Amino acid sequence: MTCTEFIALLDDLIDNSVASSIRTEIETHMHECEHCEVVFNTTRKTIEIYRAHDIYELPNDLRERLHSAIMSRCKNGC
Amino acid sequence: MQRSVWLSAGLSITLLFWGFGSDQIRRAMASPQHRTRISREFPHPTDMSTIQSIAEEDEQHPDVALVERVRGGDVSAYDELVRKYERQIFRIAQHITQNREDAEDVMQDAFLKAYEKLDQFQGNAKFYTWLVRIAVNESLMRLRKRRTGKMVSIDEDLETEEGSVPRDLADWAPDPEQNYNQSELAEILRKTIQGLPQGFRVVFALRDVEGLSTEETAETLGLSVPAVKSRLLRARLQLRERLSRYFKKKTGQAVPQEAGLN
Repeated sequence: MTCTEFIALLDDLIDNSVASSIRTEIETHMHECEHCEVVFNTTRKTIEIYRAHDIYELPNDLRERLHSAIMSRCKNGC
Repeated sequence: MQRSVWLSAGLSITLLFWGFGSDQIRRAMASPQHRTRISREFPHPTDMSTIQSIAEEDEQHPDVALVERVRGGDVSAYDELVRKYERQIFRIAQHITQNREDAEDVMQDAFLKAYEKLDQFQGNAKFYTWLVRIAVNESLMRLRKRRTGKMVSIDEDLETEEGSVPRDLADWAPDPEQNYNQSELAEILRKTIQGLPQGFRVVFALRDVEGLSTEETAETLGLSVPAVKSRLLRARLQLRERLSRYFKKKTGQAVPQEAGLN
């Protein structure tokens, strides 16, 4: 397996949806190729960091204000 | 006839496999959009014992009951739905418009439109996915207004090949986010994702941040599943490449140019 072929399957590997028929081949490549292992680990970490940190947090006071505005308009038939 | 089953246990196993902590798993489990949904057909319509056992396994999504109550005139049920999803809708609107005021407007307009159009909501669809589709459309309309009527679509700026081939192959520091305080880290993450083309950013936001499935992301954006997969890979690789500037090991040796990927 080449690195290009590995990268094409990277998403499946991250999402744990690799076909069992090629899983061993992929894992062997990653074990032998330090660069692909780095790309795999850092891509997975990228997703993990974006999931763990809410970069567009909705502050409570703003949330309450928007929530009230929505509900008052709904109650008045929008 | 199709029934849906929500598989929570499978998700936690997957998350554990990928190194998620128990707190993150709890967060994911608390959000229905992070659950994996599968469909299947009844094996045989006359086999009552089988039907009964499947019916017992099946679990109606709690949103369905809330939507029914709203349709019956109970506004407080809509209050629950808004409270449940307002943060996600605000975040999605921010990802697309990249503007705080626009996101506030989109959030209000999306919930009001969903309320008005609730009769059009098909009970077999997922309320959250339906709501996200409305929010995505509202966000794109808002962008269009800001750009004085120029068409805005999720297909623009996709010609770039940047990041399709990983170039920065240096390993990251262990727990690299610990090297920054919360506001520095948030700024890095915002700046990095804002640099992605719109069509990649929205796919990453829906699929990876909000936890929609590939199929739901495709349906929500009106894209094919292969298009979502292709954009997702490029979005992930571009973000990884850009974050490497901040997160790679400071003392690590530079990777020689000739020792790239084969």
